[in-house]
Amino acid sequence: MNGARVVARAWVDPAYRARLLADGTAAIAELGFGGPEGEHIVVVENGPAVHNVVVCTLCSCYPWPVLGLPPTWYKSAPYRARMVREPRVLLREMGLDLPEDVEIRVWDSSAESRYMVLPERPAGTESLDEAALAALVSRDAMIGTVRP
Amino acid sequence: MNGIHDLGGMDGLGPVEVEADEPVFHAPWERMVFGSVVGRQSGRNVHAFRHAIERMDPAHYLTSPYYEHWLTGLATLMIERGVITAEELEARAGGRFPLSRPIPPLPPPTPPASAAPRFAIGSAVRVVNEHPLGHTRCPRYVRGKRGVVVRHDGAFAVPDVAAHADLTGEEPVYGVRFAARELWGDAAGVRETVHVDLWERWLEPTRTTSAR
Repeated sequence: MNGARVVARAWVDPAYRARLLADGTAAIAELGFGGPEGEHIVVVENGPAVHNVVVCTLCSCYPWPVLGLPPTWYKSAPYRARMVREPRVLLREMGLDLPEDVEIRVWDSSAESRYMVLPERPAGTESLDEAALAALVSRDAMIGTVRP
Repeated sequence: MNGIHDLGGMDGLGPVEVEADEPVFHAPWERMVFGSVVGRQSGRNVHAFRHAIERMDPAHYLTSPYYEHWLTGLATLMIERGVITAEELEARAGGRFPLSRPIPPLPPPTPPASAAPRFAIGSAVRVVNEHPLGHTRCPRYVRGKRGVVVRHDGAFAVPDVAAHADLTGEEPVYGVRFAARELWGDAAGVRETVHVDLWERWLEPTRTTSAR
């Protein structure tokens, strides 16, 4: 998945990470990715105290060039209704139990920007190269419903 | 319009069901519908297309698969624009073909104002409490709520206008952060925020930031 390569590059290259967070569309284009539903990509970064998750309450907006077409659950009524209202409860139901002190930032893709989550690099991966790191990054980690 | 598509905050819809190893398309017709919409996007009006989906009967919307929304929106627009007739469509389909409801009478849209942003990053804003009958990308759950501008996205054609009229012009779009408690009351999480991207016409200045 293209997005996993973007994440792995950001994990190994601090200058790339900075460019990615400043202008997601341009930094993603550096790796050759772009196209419909990717004209304005905003990358939001997870940290120890912050977790990001993406939704489109009005339809199905999603960053196609990095994540492909969205899964059915992302477009489903329960996900769209609940992620903005009870994100901590819904994430727990979907298998991600975040500590109460972790701030949750929900991004509703209601206009022109399409969002991608930059997950935290897992501990114990110092010896892995970029390709091996990319293999750790799932689609759902970049939507924000799991952490790698 | 306050349609069934505007789902943010609705209760009672049950758990999110995740399909393991889901294919991109579940049937050949889904791929055909996708291609019919995306492959011919140039010259098409995405705003009118979204609005056509939003006008689906709510029961149909909630009980049909995703690409049936696209198919219904596409067929509705083709009939409304005189490309085909409903009779021709039903003859080809071999039976009843549910379409979206017609657009109600609407006031003329307000043309886009200015592409120059009125609000600086960090500005306290309130979302206008209006409920237009036409298309909009302002979700119901933020109307009347206070937030803070966190991002400038540039200026874009306004969906509320572009879905209904051939007016040119663009308005600034902002990323706006809302505290969950501003949206959902004191039972909501303290350490939760929701970000919604809004066109300038939906924002007004406020001196009071969200108290929560």
